[in-house]
Amino acid sequence: MFNVEKIRKDFPILSRKVNGKPLVYFDNAATSQTPQQVIDAIVNYYHNYNANIHRGVHTLSQEATDLYEQSRQKIQKHFHAKFSHEIIFTSGTTHGINLVANGFTSILKKGDDIIVSALEHHSNIVPWQMLCERTGANLKVIPMNNEGELVMSEYEKLLSKNTKLVFVNHISNALGTINPIEYIIEKAHDIGAAVLIDGAQACPHIKPDVQALDVDFYVASAHKMCGPTGVGILYGKEAWLKKLPPYQGGGEMIAEVTFEKTTYADLPHKFEAGTPNIAGGIVFGAAIDYMNNIGFDAIAKYENELLEYATEKLLQIDSLKIYGTAKNKTSVISFNLKGIHPYDVGSILDKLGIAVRTGHHCAQPIMDYYKIPGTIRASFAFYNTKAEIDALVAGVKKAKMMLS
Amino acid sequence: MTIEDIQNEIIDEFSMFDDWEERYQYMIDLGKELPLIDDQYKTDSNIIKGCQSKVWVHAEMKDDKLQFTADSDAIITKGIIAILIRAFSNQHPKDIIDADTSFIDKIGLKEHLSPTRANGLVSMVKQLKMYAIAYQTQLN
Repeated sequence: MFNVEKIRKDFPILSRKVNGKPLVYFDNAATSQTPQQVIDAIVNYYHNYNANIHRGVHTLSQEATDLYEQSRQKIQKHFHAKFSHEIIFTSGTTHGINLVANGFTSILKKGDDIIVSALEHHSNIVPWQMLCERTGANLKVIPMNNEGELVMSEYEKLLSKNTKLVFVNHISNALGTINPIEYIIEKAHDIGAAVLIDGAQACPHIKPDVQALDVDFYVASAHKMCGPTGVGILYGKEAWLKKLPPYQGGGEMIAEVTFEKTTYADLPHKFEAGTPNIAGGIVFGAAIDYMNNIGFDAIAKYENELLEYATEKLLQIDSLKIYGTAKNKTSVISFNLKGIHPYDVGSILDKLGIAVRTGHHCAQPIMDYYKIPGTIRASFAFYNTKAEIDALVAGVKKAKMMLS
Repeated sequence: MTIEDIQNEIIDEFSMFDDWEERYQYMIDLGKELPLIDDQYKTDSNIIKGCQSKVWVHAEMKDDKLQFTADSDAIITKGIIAILIRAFSNQHPKDIIDADTSFIDKIGLKEHLSPTRANGLVSMVKQLKMYAIAYQTQLN
């Protein structure tokens, strides 16, 4: 039974005050908060298991290695990957994207096309622009409509025999739109293109099944899923990961080294040069356990209730406009008050202890589309409450009064 | 009035406020009174970098004194720049260069504003001083 008051007790930070007011944390799309169970897992690692992995013959190193690899298997199970070596530990989503973009340098030729979407985060645009510069490939963009949905008929027109790679986020960070990735993947595969999906915003809300999706690459970050910062995963189909060259050279990623030639280690170690974020990798598993114990169906159902409640309440405010009104969206509301800069509203809300994000959300092309400098973004997690949404609505009303 | 006199006057005004709300309301009101920059100077090269909202500043010399005009697309930011302009405008460049800026802390601006805006505030002060240095070089 989903009990938000009980869940909130797991998050020590939710009981602190900000600027003398109870914290209302609505910046979950930037990073999620950390439950005690996950904090305990960090402490437990450093208290009992801290050692370098995959190297030592001593017991501590062996135990740490086992925990790290068990976490990889846990993550494999969560994403329903076929093999655990298809899960590569990264420093986060951006790292995973760059790893794939770098790998495609040797695959792409001049005149090839990469397709991205108009809903992308900057971190999803820049690596592909750099890849295009290196290879002479072209970057094509799936346009969005006024609701903040990708236009599938335009996507189909962009696909051709030159298309080698399609890259789309599962859920837009700025607007919350859930993209039809099943369809996008299917159409790309029809013409033989590979697909990379950025799941950073999706994984806190949805449990993706990479085999059912038949996706070639999928990336995610732990810190948006109640885990620590600085760790994430790249899922890649075995065949693709074997095909891509290593990203970074260093220890752990080699099988044999002489000055004449180095042979690379097998998957997943080929892509995990150097000492990884061991605690992060292990604790990522604890975060996934935490979320699965609550259950993703229960999370989605509750967050959807919050989204509907907040949308209804916010729209009662005169001159408030919501950007991103896709039928299929997650618990993110991007909005503005007419004639008022989002930054001013964010500043007042901060004084009231309410944490929202203001600005272009690293998605400048979306802001350009709507011809606005940015938005106020409130993003809800399963530990938020309707009472907190009431505080937000009251805060927005107060900001409007002060700023008009 | 010297820069120091004006700064003390501003500190006095802010000391009358009991809470953040009054403080902010005052800044918002100041923003509304800001001497607006002429549209021709609202160019990309006059934008101060380091602010989340857009801030344009223009400087020109009149009778050996430096005059600032500015604008911003955010009203609270406009209030901040209005306070800075009040302290530094219509002064000799050398006095602007030498001016102490600790009054910003004393009116609780730096500690009360969000870190990103505090950076913007630092950028604004730096930009006003840069103008003063440039014009002072011309005078020498």
